[in-house]
Amino acid sequence: MAARVRYHDVQVGTELPAQSFTIRRLDLVLYCGASGDFNVIHWNERMAKSVGLPDVIAHGMYTMAQTGRVVTDWVGDPGAMVECSVRFTKPVVVPDDDVGAVLEVSGVVSEKREGNHVVVQLSARCGGATVLAKARALVRLG
Amino acid sequence: MALDPAFVGKQYPPTEPYEVSREKIREFAAAIGDRNPVYRDREAAMALGYRDVIAPPSFPIVVSMPAAAQVIFDPELGLDYSRVVHGEQSFDYTRPVCAGDQLTVVVTVERIKSAAGNDIITTRSELTTVDGEAVVTARSTLVARGPDPDDA
Repeated sequence: MAARVRYHDVQVGTELPAQSFTIRRLDLVLYCGASGDFNVIHWNERMAKSVGLPDVIAHGMYTMAQTGRVVTDWVGDPGAMVECSVRFTKPVVVPDDDVGAVLEVSGVVSEKREGNHVVVQLSARCGGATVLAKARALVRLG
Repeated sequence: MALDPAFVGKQYPPTEPYEVSREKIREFAAAIGDRNPVYRDREAAMALGYRDVIAPPSFPIVVSMPAAAQVIFDPELGLDYSRVVHGEQSFDYTRPVCAGDQLTVVVTVERIKSAAGNDIITTRSELTTVDGEAVVTARSTLVARGPDPDDA
């Protein structure tokens, strides 16, 4: 209810601080437990490959959570998020090594609306590929 | 096999209330690696005007996904879950989920279509408190991939 970013300080084209997130197998196991989504494709390489995936993949919702952080870290108050939507276009493949996958997220203000609202267009890439399309958030600024 | 479009508009009964605890929020925030203090520290959340710690914006999936399972596993619908991938997700927030909320979910089948041999179904999950206060609407689009041409 108290976003630290002021509507009047933001313009169309204002870039949010970009972030990169390293995703390892352990992160997916933790997310399975915390979310209750134990789909085998998120932790079992044998089963993932049996359904045609290259390897274990991250939960789409895990990727959405990291993408949303670029917005919530920017505004400070996560409750300033009014809407958030994504389309999952490519899986985030998480190999069984010490490096993991690296998700790179950036965002830019694309529209200013009434009521101190702004639309943020988000980009999420992994291994050079765009993994989310139509990723956007509607945010109420201070 | 294409899904029956007659399911569009079908609404499922409200789920048993889910009580949101501070510890579950803390666990979820830790799992996504988000250190924002409003997920852990009641004082920090109250400083922003909340009555208790709030949950990250993607937390409602913890409540909405089991509710939407009513649709996914509805034997009359006949969705092949082994071929399902998450296509799209959106949240419309009235307010953030807050520790102490008792949330019930009403799930409605919003859209069914077939494209390129895939079945696509969108469910709308309305999360409200047991007192009837709207909190968040979650929309999930699931894609059931058609059989591989090689297997045909």
